[in-house]
Amino acid sequence: MNARIIKLFTFITVLFAVLVGFTSYWSVFDADNLKDQQVNKRPLFEAQQIKRGRILADDGTVIARSVRRGRGASSQFVRRYPHGSLYGHPIGYSFAEQGNSEFERSHNRELIGEDSEFSSILDELRGRKQVGHDVFTNIDPLAQQTAVDLLAGRAGAVVAIEPSSGKVRALVSQPSFDPNLIPRDLDQLFQDPTRPLYAAATQGQYPPGSTFKLVTAAAGLDSGKISIDSTIDAPASIDLQGRPLVNADGSDYGDIGVTTALTHSVNTFFAQLGQRVGEDTLYEYMDRFGFNAKPQIDLPRDQLSISGVFGGNTLLTPEEGVDVGRIAIGQERLLATPIQMAEVAATIANKGDLMKPVLWREVRDVDGRTIDEASPEKQSDVISEQTAAELTEAMRAVVNEGTGTAAALSGVDVAGKTGTAEVPDQARCAGLPNQAWFVGFAPADDPQIAVAATVECTDGQGGTVAAPIAAGVMRAVIGG
Amino acid sequence: MAARAATARRPPRASAARNRELLALVPVALLLTIGFAAVFAQNDNQLSNLSLSYGLYFLAVCLATHIYIRIRLPHADPYLFPLIALLTAIGLVMIYRLDAEMARELARDQANWFVIGLILFAVVVQLLRDYSVLERYRYTIAVVGIVLLMMPRLPVIGAQVNGAYLGIKLGPLAFQPAELAKICIVIFLASYLREHRELLVVGARRILGVTLPPLKHLGPLLLVWGMAMLMLVIIRDLGSSLMFFAAFLALIYVATGRLSFVVIGMAMFLAGAWLIYNTVPHVTDRVDIWLDPYQDPGDAGYQILQSMFAMADGGLFGEGFARSMVLIPGSDNPLLPAAHTDLIYTLIVGELGLFGGCAIIATYLLIAARGFKVALMAEDGFSKLLATGLTAVFAIQAFVIIGGVTRVIPLTGVTLPLVSYGGSSILANFILLALLLLVSDRARREALEAERAAAGEAP
Repeated sequence: MNARIIKLFTFITVLFAVLVGFTSYWSVFDADNLKDQQVNKRPLFEAQQIKRGRILADDGTVIARSVRRGRGASSQFVRRYPHGSLYGHPIGYSFAEQGNSEFERSHNRELIGEDSEFSSILDELRGRKQVGHDVFTNIDPLAQQTAVDLLAGRAGAVVAIEPSSGKVRALVSQPSFDPNLIPRDLDQLFQDPTRPLYAAATQGQYPPGSTFKLVTAAAGLDSGKISIDSTIDAPASIDLQGRPLVNADGSDYGDIGVTTALTHSVNTFFAQLGQRVGEDTLYEYMDRFGFNAKPQIDLPRDQLSISGVFGGNTLLTPEEGVDVGRIAIGQERLLATPIQMAEVAATIANKGDLMKPVLWREVRDVDGRTIDEASPEKQSDVISEQTAAELTEAMRAVVNEGTGTAAALSGVDVAGKTGTAEVPDQARCAGLPNQAWFVGFAPADDPQIAVAATVECTDGQGGTVAAPIAAGVMRAVIGG
Repeated sequence: MAARAATARRPPRASAARNRELLALVPVALLLTIGFAAVFAQNDNQLSNLSLSYGLYFLAVCLATHIYIRIRLPHADPYLFPLIALLTAIGLVMIYRLDAEMARELARDQANWFVIGLILFAVVVQLLRDYSVLERYRYTIAVVGIVLLMMPRLPVIGAQVNGAYLGIKLGPLAFQPAELAKICIVIFLASYLREHRELLVVGARRILGVTLPPLKHLGPLLLVWGMAMLMLVIIRDLGSSLMFFAAFLALIYVATGRLSFVVIGMAMFLAGAWLIYNTVPHVTDRVDIWLDPYQDPGDAGYQILQSMFAMADGGLFGEGFARSMVLIPGSDNPLLPAAHTDLIYTLIVGELGLFGGCAIIATYLLIAARGFKVALMAEDGFSKLLATGLTAVFAIQAFVIIGGVTRVIPLTGVTLPLVSYGGSSILANFILLALLLLVSDRARREALEAERAAAGEAP
């Protein structure tokens, strides 16, 4: 029997070898394939095992934090947004199954604490759990809240930028969403016709209307095509490419300079100025202001929109037969994002230099040590200091005596420009045809904040609807 | 000259074997201590001397058993008990690691079962000093075994888990009678085959080129086959049915040396299993899920798929003690269902990697090697067949459940011996250990006496 017992043992050894073979197959050889299986949720869950860093406002207000849910090794961190929809844009959301969006996505690396490949391997060896870093933003909670309050539920956007540094103080898009509800409501939010997941401030493309006259004026003055003293005859109506173009108030202004034209937003003046400047030069200045490219802000590229002249979904070049006279007054097929218009105001406020808009301020590790800090970066030299000063004077006149008086603040000199455009897709707005704008900055002599405010689908004007919002946000930042 | 030669050839003293056993227990206790300390550190980020006291407690219990073996079974195999203590220690650590997530005190229960198991071990050793009495009661034992197997289908106490009838419930106590039944069946078969093996071989006839045992002795063997089939139908568990029948075939082979009996038995089992596969829906589902788990990943295929995914996360070295996901994060729903019983091998591979899994398999292989060594050393046929049968059923049980979670065979609900959580499994396996050591003690004592006698006669 002994020989047979040994044979039986050999057979059992073979059976156990099969077990080793199968275990190796699943754990090593086929492991990558198994991890890629759609029904395998483990990789998703693992991503949520890292305690993501917090996102904070400039004053330390917590905008997003992670809390532990569950027990032991199966516990996970879940994102909480204490202020709900207030920071829905531009912070976005971060959840295991729904992924990351907006700021949560563009700063994902810091938030999950990935400094470098090397140090995470070191942490792994030391058995230390990866911990995310805190990211501070430049957002001023008061400005953000004020903007939301003043928009009062209307669709629109407010962008507030510190001109000298590009620091974004407020980036409000309405409608917004409560990121806490994303795990439950994402599909429903996607289908919502008011598009709450779409950030109006950075993704919304709207006809800028008369606010674009600032770009036309800047191009005319800075290129030397006109001087601050040049005058152009501005009748009540002119013929442009076979169609009449009229002033909003129907007045014949006669021979006027650029300051007066800006103060009263005279269409016939700027249409002729645009033609005098020409599409090539106008395009060159648009490029300098940041048009025809995505804003250089620290948000995901695919969640930013380009400003420019569009034929359908494609940008049109000067050679493609654009109507420069109508572009000059912010019409034709010109579309701009609110952040782009805020950059126009910030450039003029910053003596002609455009600073890259920046949301993040610094990164701190769990122990509170600053490990990275944003420094102001210039995006482009747009116009000369003199041109900027001349435009500032004209913009002060807009607020003091022109279309933008509703933006005036007591004790603070405000410079600005109003705009009222027709919404291209009237069906969306149900009888409220206007896109109201105000762009500006304050104080005019020492600008601390540049703001663009816009309201979609209103029957009001830029000067009546948007100007008070911009003024309120400026007041919130400047104080007093 | 002769005297010196006798001294040189003197066989090792029994105490030498016991000292090896004692020495082998120390690393086991150390492993348990370190394991508990690791789980502590992982769960609470602090070391506590509690893990040390658990280790000492474990060592003390093992030591007491060791002293008992020293007194009662001085010649028994020195490695079997430490190896079995090792599996229990690994099981305790893995189950302790699950306590936090399951919010239960499974490890404490398991430790209690371990102590009760050792007491039962001592009782069996005490009562069966002469285990050949088992032969006298073999039919009684066989009936007990069959009754135990049928118990889960009895009204009131029977309990169904995942469509299989494996457990009984007496108030708060749950019990898997199949664990005890396997020992009864092995005792019966060893005894029966010891008596009839000659007849089975001698009377064999060749029909159509196949050697068949004589018809009149075929009856009991057909009965065993019928029982295995009945188990498939009645308790609906492919795993335990396979385990019983494989142990049976192993014993037939060792007893008769006729491979053809094994082949016929296998063919009959497969034919029966195929028939049952086509008629019993629960068995059909189990096999279909084994063949293609992706057809129902959220429900029927969930357990086996999660087992594979967890092993994939483990890789070569594993994710570390208490660092793999057992629950769906943020909920109480299992990501690794039955991690403390069916899928404990998966949990080990997930946390200790392929190497950890190989270590477990190697431990079972070492136990099998020692068990078969006992069978080799035994003098009489009953002892040989008993040791072979007990070792085979133990090893095959390990194969059935590890094979189940690694998709070698359909996944079923048998426990991983001594590692899985469960009182009946622990108790049954300590009875099994007691029987093996009893056989071993007698075999080695007889070998020693024979050598002493030879040495004594020489001068």
